[in-house]
Amino acid sequence: MSQRDGLDLTADVLIIGGGMAACWAATSAARAGARVVLADKGYVGTSGVTATGGPNHWWVAPDKRAQAVEERHARSFDLAERDWMARIIEETWRALPELTPYYPFDTDGRGGTFYSGVRGPEYMRALRRFAIDRGVTILDHHPALELLQDGDGAIVGAAGHARLDDRDWRVRAPAVILATGGCAFRSGLIGSHGNSGDGLLMAAEAGAVLSGMEFSASYSLSPAWNSTRTLPYFAARFFDASGHELDVPPPMSSEAAHLKALARAMDAGPVLADLSDAPVLLKQLLRRIQPASLPPFERRGIDLFENRFPIRLFGEGTVRGTGGLQIVDEDCRTSVEGLYAVGDCATRELIAGATSGGGAQNAAWALTSGRVAGRAAALAALRVSKVAPGKAIGQAGLRPASTARAIDLTPVVPAVQAFTIDFDGTLWRSAAKLNKAQERLDGLWREVADHGHAEGLDRVALREQAAMLASARWVGAAALARDESRGLHMREDRPKVDPAQAQRLLTGGLARVWTRFDPSTPLIHPKEVAA
Amino acid sequence: MIAHIFEERCDGCNSCVAACPTHVLDARTDGPPVIARIDQCQTCYMCELYCESDALYVDPDQMARPTITPQAILESGQLGRLRHDYGWDQPGDGHLSDFWRLGPLLREGAEIATRRYAAFKADRG
Repeated sequence: MSQRDGLDLTADVLIIGGGMAACWAATSAARAGARVVLADKGYVGTSGVTATGGPNHWWVAPDKRAQAVEERHARSFDLAERDWMARIIEETWRALPELTPYYPFDTDGRGGTFYSGVRGPEYMRALRRFAIDRGVTILDHHPALELLQDGDGAIVGAAGHARLDDRDWRVRAPAVILATGGCAFRSGLIGSHGNSGDGLLMAAEAGAVLSGMEFSASYSLSPAWNSTRTLPYFAARFFDASGHELDVPPPMSSEAAHLKALARAMDAGPVLADLSDAPVLLKQLLRRIQPASLPPFERRGIDLFENRFPIRLFGEGTVRGTGGLQIVDEDCRTSVEGLYAVGDCATRELIAGATSGGGAQNAAWALTSGRVAGRAAALAALRVSKVAPGKAIGQAGLRPASTARAIDLTPVVPAVQAFTIDFDGTLWRSAAKLNKAQERLDGLWREVADHGHAEGLDRVALREQAAMLASARWVGAAALARDESRGLHMREDRPKVDPAQAQRLLTGGLARVWTRFDPSTPLIHPKEVAA
Repeated sequence: MIAHIFEERCDGCNSCVAACPTHVLDARTDGPPVIARIDQCQTCYMCELYCESDALYVDPDQMARPTITPQAILESGQLGRLRHDYGWDQPGDGHLSDFWRLGPLLREGAEIATRRYAAFKADRG
């Protein structure tokens, strides 16, 4: 990579990513006294799935916390940890009010202040300003391409390409926090275009381990032509194209049945939603609560509460799925020295087990993991007096193992979606389907790793393709190895929960993908549960 | 996908180029930004929020390239509507006073669905 005209910086803590976890990490590291650089692929404020959403945070008053943790733990399929759940509730309760100078918190309808739920664009604008006020250097449109590693295997920075300036960048730092989000496999999910698993790939190249990648079957409902917010759909009725009402179990009491009924119907033909039963107050207030819910309809001349319209389930991959980089200690370190993982880039099994952390838990996790990693990374970095220059370690798409040549990437997205987004392969997994799809992915991976090469800005897109391929292969390997159904992992050939598999499943590797159960996961309440 | 940037409204601040999270736009020195990589547009409307001049319009179809004419956009009354609905330039001006109702309304919707489904199943035997 040319360094002559590039940007070359040093910092104590480098954060890669620009969503809520990245920003909370940045403010926390800066408060601990570190010089912080935050490099995001997009713009800090609009990047990622928080900016286009409206996260509610897990928000529980002190006297109700023990009960909330127990209730949620009972639904985690024995893979969550009570201590972590309690910790994210406490940290979130402390942190959100700190945003008061930057976010216009308003009434909770009972004479108090409503802190737990925030509107995405305003929240991310607030976090950006908070970070800047704390002295964080923000590099927008600076996608990272690869990590820098010293001779002892520790991560000492990252390198990438500044896409508005069209020049390379490099930041040396003794602590690096990955906050690149989950991987949505280009499903079209709102806000997720940049969520291509980049951090997972970079970390794996350094030898990092992943966990829970099989827990990745998650979807959200939207008008068929524009992924948007899901608030209006909770009272929806569903019809096929001939006007016949579909038998769709309600969303909250039986989430998997709801999803599967819709998915089967959509595979058979168009499905229309009828929102006429929505709460009256929602019809009156939707514009004030979620203004962005309306343009998809108003700009097509559709009254969403009066007219039936076609809908689609947009896959959420590991964004609302649960897998990600394995966390090895209470400071959110990965298995690689000097490398931390926060938010959706990390596994959320610690707080959600085999289920989805949904919105509220995942938001509390993103906030908390960011804050604890930011502080720990700062304290660790401030003890380091000299940072080795480090070697850039990116492989697939950057340094082909064989002859560089032009390769056809059009089959990549369809292949990575086979058991992460496509309904049949994702909600009704089986060893036969997984093996077939995995073989195709292995072939595409070899093609990209052996021959993929690009220059300048084009490297960003090529690395995204490589990262999605790597992420899908970990999902596939884990889905094969977990020979049961558990939470978000649904195998039609193994429909029951197997108590002997109440352990976390680790995966990793690039040329050869491996899996192994983690015997350190506590077997707390082994019992037979209907999947 | 982003459909149009109105040159006569654009003040050349390039905020949209910076704010677009997916690098769809390129700045120009001699005019408004150009839509350079529309295939990367995810139809998130963020550029509309960050355009103080209400000079750009996002068509709501994320699967197809927009065909709407500038004239039709102007007549739709949608130019700048989203930013004004947000109250983007007046944070703290009461625009979030009903936001706390999101959770209760979501649960109310789910309860409606649950009650109706029980009746639906009873009806179908």
